[in-house]
Amino acid sequence: MDLKEKLVSSFMAFEDGLDLDHPVHEERSNAMKNFETKGFPTKKDEAWKYTSLKGLQKIDFSIFPKHETALEYKDVKKYFLHEIDTYKIVFVDGVYSSYLSETTHDGVDVCLMSSAFSKPMFKQVIEVYFNKAASKDESLTSLNTAFSKEGAYIYIPKNKMPKKPIQILHLATGNEAALMLQPRNLIVAEDNAEVQIIERHQSLTGNEVFTNSVTEIFAGKDAIVDYYKVQNDEPTASLVDNTYISQKDSSVVRVHTFSLGGKLIRNNLNFYQNGERIDSTLKGVTILGDKQHVDHHTLVHHAQPNCESHQDYKGIFGDSSTGVFNGKIIVDKIAQKTDAFQQNNNILLSDKSTINSKPQLEIFADDVKCSHGCTIGQLDDEALFYLRSRGIPKKEAKALMMYAFANNVLESVRIPELKVRINKIIADKLGVRMGFDL
Amino acid sequence: MLEIKNLHASVDDKEILKGIDLKVNAGEVHAIMGPNGSGKSTLAEVIAGQEEFEVGEGNILLEGEDLEELSPEERAHKGVFLSFQYPVEIPGVSVTNFMKTAINESRKAQGLEDMPANEMLKKIREKSEMLEIDRKFLSRSLNEGFSGGEKKRNEIFQMAMMEPKLAILDETDSGLDIDALRIVANGVNKLRSKDNAIIVITHYQRLLDYIVPDFVHVLYNGKIVKSGTKELALELEEKGYDWLKEEAAV
Repeated sequence: MDLKEKLVSSFMAFEDGLDLDHPVHEERSNAMKNFETKGFPTKKDEAWKYTSLKGLQKIDFSIFPKHETALEYKDVKKYFLHEIDTYKIVFVDGVYSSYLSETTHDGVDVCLMSSAFSKPMFKQVIEVYFNKAASKDESLTSLNTAFSKEGAYIYIPKNKMPKKPIQILHLATGNEAALMLQPRNLIVAEDNAEVQIIERHQSLTGNEVFTNSVTEIFAGKDAIVDYYKVQNDEPTASLVDNTYISQKDSSVVRVHTFSLGGKLIRNNLNFYQNGERIDSTLKGVTILGDKQHVDHHTLVHHAQPNCESHQDYKGIFGDSSTGVFNGKIIVDKIAQKTDAFQQNNNILLSDKSTINSKPQLEIFADDVKCSHGCTIGQLDDEALFYLRSRGIPKKEAKALMMYAFANNVLESVRIPELKVRINKIIADKLGVRMGFDL
Repeated sequence: MLEIKNLHASVDDKEILKGIDLKVNAGEVHAIMGPNGSGKSTLAEVIAGQEEFEVGEGNILLEGEDLEELSPEERAHKGVFLSFQYPVEIPGVSVTNFMKTAINESRKAQGLEDMPANEMLKKIREKSEMLEIDRKFLSRSLNEGFSGGEKKRNEIFQMAMMEPKLAILDETDSGLDIDALRIVANGVNKLRSKDNAIIVITHYQRLLDYIVPDFVHVLYNGKIVKSGTKELALELEEKGYDWLKEEAAV
């Protein structure tokens, strides 16, 4: 049985024990129908030309984890940003771990989707927001919607800000030979609210993991949302991250994606600007080796006038790794005075690594500023000689240049401890010890 | 200090250095002059270990040790310093962090611990004051957006920090106005000692008014065609290179 059949035939079993009269359930059923019709995307789909899910579909993934596993904090501490105090929403094999988590209802709600689906107090928010930004057409998003049951639920009311940043951590124990996870997150920052979120997926063994995640983020007027995705997983862990962001007037949403490890990573990052004077920032650092594959598909839809978007993706590809950057910008006819900037710079460290970079601009307004640039190169030999002539060994000099290359993405990280952590992950990856933090 | 014997170097099968002989003793300053394309920068880069060049015949000895098999970083650890004609911009790395890394890597190569932070700061302060460099400048990204003069001053600041045995200044005077030239030259003069040696590559006599050389060599078509004392530089200023080209052609 292939993965699609398995998922389709599991849906009825999944429905057991769910409230079938809940308004959300109709969304699940419709989504299942869409996935059943469309199936997994193939390389024939333009958006999946360079990323194949074929291999993953041959693996016999467990769709529901069989039992709960308790983990000791000390064993997984290193995957947390433990240097600072944070709220934590932690899942172990897709099941909420209250032991490792720290949630709150103190003025803001930092808790679980399962609670939000079942408890009356969250009913209204679910009705207003759930599945309102996510695509009803894209098949993997539909697959996630069909099985939506658990994930992070973060609700920041008007004018509020949580006392500390929030970490969402998905751990896979390897108790299943192969495990498929489908977390569903809903993040709502009402008018003038502010929140910082760090998300990480981490496999603890070399067993196969396939995560198909959907996150919806709603930013009200003047809201500020900072979202950091740390993708530094095992070479047997694959992730399809579908993130849908809906912004209102004068809101600021910044998403940083650090793709530093994993087997296959696909980021579908979609911004919808439904107001004026909106600022959307999309930044990414990708450093890969071996046969790893990362595909960044971004979409910024400018639907109202006077908005900005900034995209800056840096990629460094070694060994036989492959990368894709596809940046789509749509500027509607009424979205005059749009300022859309897109930049994608890549360094290929080996003859076998490849990057496919494609800007896709669809501009229907006539008074806009849209710029895009893409570079693919190698480390500059002149610069390398300059550094080496000052006594910095070749390996360190290369690392320094790679740091420098990625730096303007790193410098906009607003949690200093996270920046240090990312620097350390990068240094470890490059096998060097820098005497300073950039 | 430095002894170059019959040095040949080429790039893409094109021979640029065609048999250079040069001996520089500790405590000496040598100027190398010559028309464009004569091989001056190539000589500087070959001494510093630029791997782009194919070194054929000949040797470069630093304190009697052949540098041929040494990487650029190893040569730096042994005390070779090149002030670049065109310093490279490295965005994202501050001048201070760059110097810390460079100095500590050299110390590591010599089996020393990292320089203590307060000592490093003191040294940075001293040397930047000597070259009249604004403190703010040191936290800027290396060479990024620097004017031509700032880049050259920064090169000499790095020289002051690294304290090399052999410093090669490749057209350090180009891009400098007269005030900056004086500051840079004064800096270089303060770094002169009986234990180190300096090779100054320049087109103009102007710099040599400030950094007075013990010897002047003229490089033409990959060879040293004339050597003399500082008076030779004055003669070149007056007569140009044509008479030497003719002499060399004979």
